[in-house]
Amino acid sequence: MKIGLILRPLLVLLLLALVLRPEWFLPLFAPLAPQGAPAIYARSSLLSLSLSHLGLVAAATLAATLVAVSLAIFVTRPAGAAFRPLSRTIANMGQTFPPVAVLALAVPMLGFGAGPTLVALFLYGLLPIFENSVTALTSLPPAAMEAARGIGLNRWQRLLRVELPLAFPVMLTGIRLSVVIALGTATIGSTVAARTLGEVIIAGLLTNNTAFVLQGGLIVGLFAVLIYDALIQIEAFLAKRTGAG
Amino acid sequence: MIEIDNLTKTYGDTQAVDAVTMTVETGSITVIVGTSGSGKTTLLRMINRLEEPTSGEVRINGKPTHAEKPHLLRRRIGYAIQGHGLFPHHTVARNIAAVPRLLGWKKPKIRARVDELLTLFSMDPAAFRDRYPAELSGGQQQRVGVARALASRPELLLMDEPFGALDPIIRARAQDDLRRIQQHLGSTIMLVTHDMEEAIRLGDKVAVMDGGKLVQYAAPAEIIAKPATDFVGDMVGDVDRPLRLLSLIPLSELIEDGPAEGEAMPADASLREALAACLWTGRTAVPVTREGVHVGRVTFEAIRNRAELHA
Repeated sequence: MKIGLILRPLLVLLLLALVLRPEWFLPLFAPLAPQGAPAIYARSSLLSLSLSHLGLVAAATLAATLVAVSLAIFVTRPAGAAFRPLSRTIANMGQTFPPVAVLALAVPMLGFGAGPTLVALFLYGLLPIFENSVTALTSLPPAAMEAARGIGLNRWQRLLRVELPLAFPVMLTGIRLSVVIALGTATIGSTVAARTLGEVIIAGLLTNNTAFVLQGGLIVGLFAVLIYDALIQIEAFLAKRTGAG
Repeated sequence: MIEIDNLTKTYGDTQAVDAVTMTVETGSITVIVGTSGSGKTTLLRMINRLEEPTSGEVRINGKPTHAEKPHLLRRRIGYAIQGHGLFPHHTVARNIAAVPRLLGWKKPKIRARVDELLTLFSMDPAAFRDRYPAELSGGQQQRVGVARALASRPELLLMDEPFGALDPIIRARAQDDLRRIQQHLGSTIMLVTHDMEEAIRLGDKVAVMDGGKLVQYAAPAEIIAKPATDFVGDMVGDVDRPLRLLSLIPLSELIEDGPAEGEAMPADASLREALAACLWTGRTAVPVTREGVHVGRVTFEAIRNRAELHA
């Protein structure tokens, strides 16, 4: 915890500097760039690439969360229980299908740009959220559930006031996994012209410019670590509140 | 008045509850006692329709329970269970307020009711209102669970082994609290337990269940003195019967004039306590006081004769 208190603001500052003031790192990256090539990516603003990257991840995860949680709610009701194995298979398939293949297949239908990346991230993000939501909704404290029925909450009230709030911390774990996977996977979206931080990395790879690769990689990595950490903090806070009662 | 009329529940080939008929008076505690699998919990759960009866019906103040939507019926019936079942993500105040909120009470009225109940259960509202259940002791959680069940002043309170998870000392205190609060509020309570001691201690009437059937339904003294079947006798425990009987009778019934040595006992103490005092200190009589004033004595001889009456 102590280390986190110092490390966390340091990492945030480092990330902000890398995105907003890349020129500060010129002395650091210059030795890595080939002779005569620029060491700092300047073809487009790193801030706009970062925002577009995060936007894609947020949109895909939001969509995946909505679909996966709705599906999990449906299959944990008595009426939907029969569909649980089927929906599990479908979610598993989404996870098995490589994102690169999804990108390739989606381009003819959706064209170049953000569309195929969104689809790939969405499909890839479904499974962790769905699995965690099903687990969370089927392992709620039995006494609290019995009491919820016994004191006269109807189905909707039980779902909204008791089941979802109690299941939320475990669902959030699935969302966290999904977000982190998506943050990394989004970089390959740049191969089909989505505006993400992958652009920097791919530009570096194409021109043998290690400085670009490192720059892009560092930013994506720092985003992943910091967002992961933030979500863990929220989970811990919620778990403490819902207690081991 | 709660009328249970020929209530039956069948699971496949087994009769979980077999044609039970009984009437519960308003303002009394009725304890349903039986071994596990006797159908006592199923019987209780059919009253607020957590289980739907296979046949028969329940009437609360003349109104059949099946005439209403189950969740609306349950809001009028308090429900407290073993392991309290508090909502872990809500504060104590919000847990207690659960049913009043469902019923759409105004905020100030809810707040006043929460504080009133916490005070009634000897928990300082300022200290406990905003805590989460995980921050309470087992006994406190159980009290909040009962407070939640009482919050909307229900016509009937159902309790399923409410004290089952408590250790013996806290359990005895919780039973005394329940008695006190029931007398204070005049609530009608039906409570399920496997513990005959608890049934005798708490019940105005005790219903003994065995194999889905109601085998005896009577006042505790009658259950002890005249068990209807061998099973009831076993439940009461033949060896303990005289002592259990004496535990139901206050000293005030046997007070006579005369001298007695040693420490005095209050008139509302039980004959069992007086007997224990006689045996322990080798006395033949104990002095009795009422509100601190000496009113006479109870003799060992008189206690023995009283116990013999039922043999």
